[in-house]
Amino acid sequence: MVAKNKHNEIVKAESKDLNFFYADGTQALKNVSLPVYENKITALIGPSGCGKSTFLRCFNRMHDLYPGNRYDGEITLHPDNTNILDKKVDPIEVRMRISMVFQKPNPFPKSIYENVAYGLRVRGETNARVIDEKIEEALKGASLWEEVKDRLQDLAFNLSGGQQQRLCIARALATEPEIMLFDEPTSALDPIATVNIEELMSGLKDKLSILIVTHNMQQAARISDYTAYMYLGELVEHDKTDTIFTKPSKKETEDYITGKFG
Amino acid sequence: MSETTISPQLAKKFSRNLIERLIEFGLLCSAAFAVLITAAIVFVLVSEAIPFFQHVSLYDFFTDTVWTPNYSIKHYGILALVSGTLTTTFIALFVAIPLGTITAIYLSEFASHKVRETIKPILELLVGVPTVVFGYFALMMVTPLLQKIYPDLTTFNMLGPGIVMGIMIVPYIASVAEDSMRAVPMAMREGAYAMGATRFQTAVRVITPAAISGIVAAYILAISRAVGETMIVAIAAGQQPNFTFNPVESAATITSYIVSVALGDLEHGGIGYQSIFAAGLTLLLMTLSFNIVGHMARKKFAERY
Amino acid sequence: MTIKTSKKTAVDVNAIRRLIKKHKKNDLMFAALGMFVIASLTITLIILFLDLVLDGYPKFTLDFFTNFPSRRAARAGILSAWVGSSLVLLVTFFVAVPLGIAAGIYLEEYAKKNWISDIIEINVSNLAGVPSIIYGLLALGLFVYSFGLGQSILTAGLTLALLMLPIVIVSTREAIRAIPIHIREAAYAVGATKWQVVLHHVVQYSYGGILTGVIIGMARAIGETAPVITIGALTFIAFLPPSPVSIDPPFLNFAWLNAGFTVLPIQMFNWISRPQHAFHINAAATGAVIIILTAMMNGFAIKLRYNVRKKIKW
Repeated sequence: MVAKNKHNEIVKAESKDLNFFYADGTQALKNVSLPVYENKITALIGPSGCGKSTFLRCFNRMHDLYPGNRYDGEITLHPDNTNILDKKVDPIEVRMRISMVFQKPNPFPKSIYENVAYGLRVRGETNARVIDEKIEEALKGASLWEEVKDRLQDLAFNLSGGQQQRLCIARALATEPEIMLFDEPTSALDPIATVNIEELMSGLKDKLSILIVTHNMQQAARISDYTAYMYLGELVEHDKTDTIFTKPSKKETEDYITGKFG
Repeated sequence: MSETTISPQLAKKFSRNLIERLIEFGLLCSAAFAVLITAAIVFVLVSEAIPFFQHVSLYDFFTDTVWTPNYSIKHYGILALVSGTLTTTFIALFVAIPLGTITAIYLSEFASHKVRETIKPILELLVGVPTVVFGYFALMMVTPLLQKIYPDLTTFNMLGPGIVMGIMIVPYIASVAEDSMRAVPMAMREGAYAMGATRFQTAVRVITPAAISGIVAAYILAISRAVGETMIVAIAAGQQPNFTFNPVESAATITSYIVSVALGDLEHGGIGYQSIFAAGLTLLLMTLSFNIVGHMARKKFAERY
Repeated sequence: MTIKTSKKTAVDVNAIRRLIKKHKKNDLMFAALGMFVIASLTITLIILFLDLVLDGYPKFTLDFFTNFPSRRAARAGILSAWVGSSLVLLVTFFVAVPLGIAAGIYLEEYAKKNWISDIIEINVSNLAGVPSIIYGLLALGLFVYSFGLGQSILTAGLTLALLMLPIVIVSTREAIRAIPIHIREAAYAVGATKWQVVLHHVVQYSYGGILTGVIIGMARAIGETAPVITIGALTFIAFLPPSPVSIDPPFLNFAWLNAGFTVLPIQMFNWISRPQHAFHINAAATGAVIIILTAMMNGFAIKLRYNVRKKIKW
């Protein structure tokens, strides 16, 4: 079964009535139902503390790392209809299919080469030729190849902030994920690096589906196909980006977008 | 495309989880080893001390002031050893607490960054000096020096080793107390300076009270170290049990008694052998009670600030 | 338009200045006191150390390191002591380091917040405060008699390993704690298992700090005397334990573990306890050897830690 929407776009993953509780009992998500379309960019916007990052981190079970957190509801990954929040599903399997880029560039204190190779290594890839090829491919995909091809053995910390973030994208890309999650990927970067990353993301959507959290509405308007507005753990509105930014159906969304609130 | 990549992953999942569990269990066992050591300490001391206390009444143990388990006329008054332990500890603290506190305040509030970065490694190096060497200092250098001031001082006395022990402990107090003073938020200092306080006023009236729990912890650590210190007193205080609090006399401490027995021919299972475990148990209880008092004091202060 | 300036102050400025001057005097006095205390402490210890080196100076010959102890002070050396110390430390290292690192990793990376981890935590911090001679009593009752290991290198090595364990655990935990959480998340996000995160990342980025703790612990073990005396180490040893390595297969030999032994600080203690001055010279020379050895190790460890802190800024 292939789920499609009215625009004939394919649903890659969707959350259904997703609730999330942190270990201290606070409910961070309330009945969030949201589709992520294949080869599209879906942006999550909303004031800080609205649960958009929490929602994003459900998609690769990052919350499993900290004891006491609890999911309630489903996130179905198509085409195999796996509920990735199911306790029987190994979070590691989920993370191998859905990769993530974080707010602050977080390369490992290893060489550029080893950073990108790491995802392949944990998948048991040992063939050096295969790894070399995939690293080149991933670095090209992250438009970093030209800058680093002569110094792959350099420590990743020696790169600039924007380069480090592109390295993290390459690292996430090397394992050919189905979905990539971006958690405010440009918030720690300067404007020029931000433009680079934005262009990069727009190019990436041919290969995979993207879910991005951003604190920056212009960014959402520039790069995304769909935008979801969240407030206090609830999904207020979700639609085509153009629609959200030009004629939102809800008053709260309009207030947030026009800057009256948030 | 995804289905072909999942199935081998799923096959791997079971063995991977098993290995992960085994590793976690192995690590847990290593960590639990610490509990095992504590249990073993208590078990060994208690099980060897029980036969001792079947032979010696607790009343005698705590009231008799003569300790001669290895003589023909046997007495088992632990006070003769406790007095030596307390006297040397007191002398050491008398030296170490003022010097250590002044050093800590100076390093934390007065010294420039460069001075601090120079002095702290030196203090750390001093912490690493083995106690047997400090024992040599006490016997061969400090006591002869003291004898020049006070000619009646015997070769073995509690004053020399007590002072040396104090010097040895200064870096411990300084480093723990300094850490807790540095941990006081800068905002507190700024608050004091903004009121027109000088460095000294800030250090004494604001920083010291705020860091008091760490400073108390440093003192407690110092007491524990002094009570448990062995080689300095074994070398320089003499090893004859002597119920006295007079620093110029020679005396044995609990620890130096254990050393002196261990150095001789000790008959496994004899009363002499058991006596060192009874002494060890007393020592452990003393350090434990200091630690508990320290813990309570820290909690009390922590509540107030 | 003329500008009017204020004609009055709320307080008497001169009085404030006098007060500040008085307060500043306290500042100055305390700074002087602090410097005096630190300087006199350092100088005292330097003098004591120099005195030790000068006392032992006549013995700084090759013979001193290659001779067995002897009844004749002039011929006595520390061969059996330094060989004994080395072998004991070998045992200590191989027991305390793996155990300590594993325990540290467990407590930082695995332990859930429950009563088991609470008990372990309390135990580790308490063990660090137990006087070393208590470990000697433990070893005497347990290793020497209950396990029947005797007064051997193995017993001493295990005893010192117990002493060193809390140091390794604490330094491992501190080093691990310095690794930011987002590095771990990055590794998990590409699909690493917990153990892969620990092995490929946590251990690799913290080994500098762990090594610092290991070296400091080893330096302490070298100088540790009381527990080794308590287990009944001999003070006069005129033979060497069997060699741990041999030319013939299987090349390694473990008979040395059961051998009697002495260590450097016990040799020094033994010589201090003799009445003759000639032996005191030997003791001073041995003390200088121990101090130089431990100071070199500690110095290296402190430098290492400094470098680690400087190198990685997360």
